[in-house]
Amino acid sequence: MGAKILERAGSVPAESAPFDIRRIREDFPILARRVHGHPLTYLDSAATSQRPQAVLDAMTAHDTTANANVHRAVHELSRLATDAMEGVRAQAAAFLQAAHPDEIVFTSGTTAGLNLLAQAYGRKFLRSGDEIVLTEMEHHSNIVPWQMLRDQVGVVIHAAPIADDGSLDLGALRRTITSRTRVVSVAHASNVLGTVNPIATIAGMAREVGAVLVVDGAQAVSHLPVNVRELGCDFYVCSGHKMLGPTGVGLLYGRLPLLEQMPPWQGGGGMIASVTFESTRFAPVPARFEAGTPPITQIIGLGAAMEYLERVGFAAIGAYEGALLDYADRRLAEVPGLRILGAAPEKIGVISFALEGVHPHDVGTILDREGIAIRAGHHCAQPLMHRLGVPATARASFALYNTTEEVDRLVAGLFTVRSVFC
Amino acid sequence: MTGTSALYQEIILDHNRAPRNFRRLEDADRSAEGYNPLCGDQFTVFVKLEGDRVVDVSFVGSGCAISKAAGSLMTTLVKGRSRAEAAELMEGFQRLVTGQTEAGRAAMPPQLAAFAGVREFPVRVKCATLPWHALKAALESRSEPVSTE
Repeated sequence: MGAKILERAGSVPAESAPFDIRRIREDFPILARRVHGHPLTYLDSAATSQRPQAVLDAMTAHDTTANANVHRAVHELSRLATDAMEGVRAQAAAFLQAAHPDEIVFTSGTTAGLNLLAQAYGRKFLRSGDEIVLTEMEHHSNIVPWQMLRDQVGVVIHAAPIADDGSLDLGALRRTITSRTRVVSVAHASNVLGTVNPIATIAGMAREVGAVLVVDGAQAVSHLPVNVRELGCDFYVCSGHKMLGPTGVGLLYGRLPLLEQMPPWQGGGGMIASVTFESTRFAPVPARFEAGTPPITQIIGLGAAMEYLERVGFAAIGAYEGALLDYADRRLAEVPGLRILGAAPEKIGVISFALEGVHPHDVGTILDREGIAIRAGHHCAQPLMHRLGVPATARASFALYNTTEEVDRLVAGLFTVRSVFC
Repeated sequence: MTGTSALYQEIILDHNRAPRNFRRLEDADRSAEGYNPLCGDQFTVFVKLEGDRVVDVSFVGSGCAISKAAGSLMTTLVKGRSRAEAAELMEGFQRLVTGQTEAGRAAMPPQLAAFAGVREFPVRVKCATLPWHALKAALESRSEPVSTE
């Protein structure tokens, strides 16, 4: 069945031959369940991806054999937990191609990473009148923390426009980035349009004016190989639960010279060198940014998720998902009145669409009763909804475990939606 | 279409396709906005009162079939009623869509029975009640937008 699907998916290159979709799906236990009497068709991985058994097993193994708090204890379990967590830090550094494990900070997710940067970097280095450049396609989590900073220090926020096909208007971006720009913060891939942004090009623009580049990698990391040094970004943030790992954990990469100049974000245990009631000396990077007990079990789960992604390999994932996206584009074009929002030349498997005469929520409810999970709404990107001139969209998003058969079910479900409304 | 026919009944589809009183009311005494921050659905309800009685009511905005049909039916039912009667209708509607009241009770206008299916779709209850919340806010003359959250 796997081979047949790959064949139907079309242009899968020979080197991805070991990619066996049937076996991949068997790795994700939840995919075997039924919803409302139908096989689950999970097309909401841009919101949260499913977890392979290897991730669940790693967390259970830790919790059943090595659970203890990290750091500062002399006992064996604490040593095991600390080693495991620091092992994942080294693994994450390699996963993102960072120069050193100390450039990796564990956070609770992308949102926390962006808030950390707005507060720790922004409040230290930005002054009234300094400018921050975002884009029209940003998620609220890459807008609101900067607005909070704006209200604290008086910075000015600009949003670079997108072109009609959903790609960034690079000419306009270049004009938006000026000598007053101190921070450029952009999504690596859009959670609504699927657009993959040319980060290396944007890094060049930021560098020219001496601004730092922050990249929101939440949507990209499970689909594309990320090399922060080749991208040329200063900071990169992502979430475990969108890369086959658990919720409650995320990564922040920062270039060491920048992290070392940044004050802590939150205070507490774990981030100090010494404390008296008069003063506190802060711990070195990255512990300085990890106040409180970290989500140890989740960090270990994230380690297993990165290992899983690397074992399958991003070349194979990219080829398979690319073919699946092409197939979905072709099949969805058969649905009368369906319009896809976002046709950038480079996309991940995120398809936002409008079905003429039917509100996205009604699309979502009817598909749900067929066991098909999609998302309907503003996708935490209301400024982008305004730009697109829609109150909401329906969105199907794919991961490495989705199949052309599931695309077929989606298309059949959309014909059912039409039969109700049109 | 497993189970969705209970939700998308013909009367609801009809009011979605051709919503009644779907316009601004230029001589309204009061208006209020209802907004669902989770999905971005937004309606403004306009009310014209004579004394205690709703003599005209209308709505505009955007939302799903459930919220639009609920708003449309609401305007047809509330027109001519006193404020207290409108509030009572709203309470009855709320109980109906949350499954606390069965359809077909004597006090309930029969048209509303179509919304009984909403109770099987708990995530859609807020869609059905959104325009009613806006009406309530308009009748109580609150100027802040009301939110379903």
